[in-house]
Amino acid sequence: MSENSEAPFRPMAVLLEPRPRPIGLPDVGLPKLTMTHCYWLAVAALLVAGVAHAQAPAAPAQEALSAAPATPLSVIIKWLPFLLKGFVFNIVISLMAMALGTVSGVLLGLGQISQNALIRRTSWFVTQFFRNSPWLVLLFFAMFMIPFEFHVFGLRIPLPDWFKAIIGFALPVMANVAELLRGAIRSLPSGQWEAAESLAFSRTKTIWGIILPQCVKRMLPPWMNLYSLITMATVLASIVGVGEMLTLTAQVHAAEGGRPELFAPLYGFAMVCFFLYCYPISKLTQRLERRFNVKT
Amino acid sequence: MEAVAEWGRALYETTGINLTILYDAFDQKRFISGLGMTIYLSVVSLFFSLVIGVIGAWAQGSDFKLVRWLINGFIVIFRNTPPLVQIFFFYFGLSNLLPYIEDADGMRAPLFTNVQWAIISLSLFAGAFNIEIFRSGIEAVPNSTKEAASALGYTRLGTYLYIVLPLAIRVCLPALNNNLVNLLKTTSLAYAIAVPELLYASKQIWTDAQNVPTMMVVLLFTYVALVGVLVWAMNAWERSMAIPGYGAGRAR
Repeated sequence: MSENSEAPFRPMAVLLEPRPRPIGLPDVGLPKLTMTHCYWLAVAALLVAGVAHAQAPAAPAQEALSAAPATPLSVIIKWLPFLLKGFVFNIVISLMAMALGTVSGVLLGLGQISQNALIRRTSWFVTQFFRNSPWLVLLFFAMFMIPFEFHVFGLRIPLPDWFKAIIGFALPVMANVAELLRGAIRSLPSGQWEAAESLAFSRTKTIWGIILPQCVKRMLPPWMNLYSLITMATVLASIVGVGEMLTLTAQVHAAEGGRPELFAPLYGFAMVCFFLYCYPISKLTQRLERRFNVKT
Repeated sequence: MEAVAEWGRALYETTGINLTILYDAFDQKRFISGLGMTIYLSVVSLFFSLVIGVIGAWAQGSDFKLVRWLINGFIVIFRNTPPLVQIFFFYFGLSNLLPYIEDADGMRAPLFTNVQWAIISLSLFAGAFNIEIFRSGIEAVPNSTKEAASALGYTRLGTYLYIVLPLAIRVCLPALNNNLVNLLKTTSLAYAIAVPELLYASKQIWTDAQNVPTMMVVLLFTYVALVGVLVWAMNAWERSMAIPGYGAGRAR
């Protein structure tokens, strides 16, 4: 029966049908204008506008005062370097919190698979505790509970606000990374552990040489997701008085006379900044997820 | 009640741990109303976010390209901007652009109060995630199942209601749980626009009573307990709805 062999592939009657993977397809024809291109165009436009603004001679302030109230666009352009400086500060906070949180989170995650029951229980509790509390509350916790300076051997080590904020953001990151790691370790086939044991690897060597390297690939997409979340959470620091973008936005608004109609464009601009930073991360995460979608 | 208050006072006198919410009626009322506001915010925005999710997922399957495009834009924007900035944008930005109304005393009042704006922005934020979650659940139901349903004489609506939706809900339940827990935690952002929820009430209490560390720990444990109850309830629901033979359901 030749018809049977040539019949098109029908998915079997299971709930989750195999997802088609468009990755290996060869690209034919002219590239289409996609969201990615629009994004890079927008970034380029912003960059050009920023450089042009920086190069342009400063407009005389008297003229601005005598003229009619500035339009929202001109206000944003005028304060662009100031606001972007705040945004860069946000990114610095997010990067440092992520670094601190990842290192401590990996340790905490390893504690969760420890052979010592006490360590295992404690790490589990710490993870659940910090995972289940709101980020803003943890930020308050870090801001108020950590002293503003330390005295070590007569040496005064000041802890500025932004550093405490980094610790406050690192706490939830730590708990989430620990949970990601635990999930990744659990998703590995147990044959990996057994094979390592039969090859006379010690437990430490198995974890560092065999288990963790395999976890990296599995953890990367959700880890990037977490990074995008923490970047968006850094604006919370404005509530506890760290001078990041949202604080500066409020200051700009006050400096421009506190006109209510300026609120929407100014906060809208903050949204645009974060969108331009986080959207490519989430796109990349999706692509990696599809790429790494390994079926065991 | 009186015994608890006595114990609270004794605790303060013996150890210096000042739990004003145990013996001070005013603080107690503030704390409980804050807790109530947090629960109210979460339940109401949870409901609206689910509605947004269902409607959005349905609209995403529409034949009009423009509708699909709009929904995708909505999801992308709300997923990739900070929720706090969204709340500020709505509460300060949009609120000022909308027309004002007159309240009962004839005063000029904004169209929505801060609580309503908090609910609106939280629902939109969580709803954007819910749309994606529901869509992935509906897509996970294979065509052959739907074809089998129509072969058995189900109408389109019947197939959707009795076949697709029950399966889709079970498939997307874990992701949905995650998002709802996130929503409960995000309600603390309403603090920024002076909604008197748990964090706001606690801040008032620790400012008045000067018991920052104690109140902070109480606050943290209250939130952990709230989230714990939600997680426990959702997990129980998830287990009872699990499809036999899939994932961690029944098989283990």
